Amino acid sequence: MSEQPLLKVHELSKFYGARIGCRDVSFDLWPGEVLAIVGESGSGKTTLLNCLSTRLTADVGSVEYLMRDGQYRNLATMPEAERRFLMRTDWGFVHQNPADGLRMTVSAGANVGERLMAVGERHYGRIRETAGDWLGRVEIGLDRMDDQPRAFSGGMRQRLQIARNLVTSPRLVFMDEPTGGLDVSVQARLLDLIRGLVQDLGLAVIVVTHDLAVARLLSHRMMVMKNGLVIEQGLTDRVLDDPREPYTQLLVSSILQV
Amino acid sequence: MATPLVVSEVAKSFTMHLRGGTLLPVIQDVNFSVKAGECVVLGGPSGAGKSSILKMLFGNYGVDCGQILVKHEDRVIDLASADPRTVIDVRRKTIGYVSQFLRVVPRVSAVDIVAEPLAARGTPIEAARARAEELLSALNLPRELWSLPPATFSGGEQQRVNIARGFITDHPILLLDEPTASLDAKNREVVIAMIEEKKQAGVALLGIFHDEDVRERVADRIIDVSGFSARKAA
Ligand SMILES: Nc1ncnc2c1ncn2[C@@H]1O[C@H](COP(=O)(O)OP(=O)(O)OP(=O)(O)O)[C@@H](O)[C@H]1O
Ligand SMILES: [Mg+2]
Repeated sequence: MSEQPLLKVHELSKFYGARIGCRDVSFDLWPGEVLAIVGESGSGKTTLLNCLSTRLTADVGSVEYLMRDGQYRNLATMPEAERRFLMRTDWGFVHQNPADGLRMTVSAGANVGERLMAVGERHYGRIRETAGDWLGRVEIGLDRMDDQPRAFSGGMRQRLQIARNLVTSPRLVFMDEPTGGLDVSVQARLLDLIRGLVQDLGLAVIVVTHDLAVARLLSHRMMVMKNGLVIEQGLTDRVLDDPREPYTQLLVSSILQV
Repeated sequence: MATPLVVSEVAKSFTMHLRGGTLLPVIQDVNFSVKAGECVVLGGPSGAGKSSILKMLFGNYGVDCGQILVKHEDRVIDLASADPRTVIDVRRKTIGYVSQFLRVVPRVSAVDIVAEPLAARGTPIEAARARAEELLSALNLPRELWSLPPATFSGGEQQRVNIARGFITDHPILLLDEPTASLDAKNREVVIAMIEEKKQAGVALLGIFHDEDVRERVADRIIDVSGFSARKAA
């Protein structure tokens, strides 16, 4: 337990005009830790995720990231080129809609290989081999390697998006409703896959979900958001089994069983 | 430290916000400790707060006030105020828990559910699985079930998976919530022997056992939880 937080978030706020996107969010994320952000739609989950991942610029507050050289860097003041490199290599971002995270008109193999090239790999044979490995890990047959994701089912596309993100061995992965919009049986398989990969690779993950069962299964720690504020946070099973806030009690009681 | 678990002045109530903010006091002024090699049993009527106490000691329920001091590696941690990361570390290394019901994870086999806590502590997965199979075998779980996810298992079968999972590691503190409730006589004997082994190994055990025969045989000491009742006036 001598390690340092991977991400240090300090009083982060984002406003849309007079409306609050998210306000005064502070937390540390540790290597290998999975944090779930839950709350109803419009509560600010995705705004927060986008501010953390620098896809949006926060109005107030700071996000510091522990670089591989052991130094913390403020993401807001990092040069654009460096930040883009970080996002393509050390981070992953799994979108709810795979079409937002994949290139639909290039092959599955190229979708994965492309990220490898971003970290400097140039050898065609090795790229193809590693891409094939990763397709296998997400349970996509090698015979589909040259097909475009357009020809894939929703579940397969999502698994391909995960492979594309993980191939560069990122340390931090953001996920926005990774199982949203999928059939229940497809969801279960995907969740199981994500859970296994996160454990094996020791990934730190920030996952936004409105599904408390997903939070229970994947996360160590949970933040509940309402109207842009974090109203309750703590160990996932503590928040779900002994919720304190009226809103959290409502969320937990609204589902059959988690 | 011969006393790895000390509970001091702990109170717990629930505020039911969806029921007009009704305050439900459960227990107050809970004071006790458990020594290494000792099995302490929580007694008292249904609803007295026995399971709630175990859940607080596992970090699953919050506490209103008081301290839960746990010897964790070479430090003493107050679980009542520990951050999530520390609680997870305490669960990985120090406090094991056999809950009243198994929480099944979809698509994970019985043997892997049992092996997981050992693997999480760095034991190679094959060795962890081998140990899991020994325990499942000792608990007479039919071999055909080992590779299946326990979702479809009977109550007693699920409970044996749960017990194996809780007993597989050498955690110095073990919490048991009615581990023998849905077992037949033969498997009850197995569990009693397993508890005896843990005591010999110097584990501090805290359990709830409704079965009087089991309780008599494993308990070094019984604490009547109704003594901590926060509802004395009622
Ligand atoms: N998460 C919770 N939210 C609200 N009330 C709770 C919660 N958990 C327990 N309680 C209440 O706390 C009291 C103590 O419950 P607990 O389960 O600890 O009793 P017990 O002594 O284990 O009973 P039993 O012998 O029936 O298992 C009960 O009144 C119960 O309804
Ligand atoms: Mg109980």
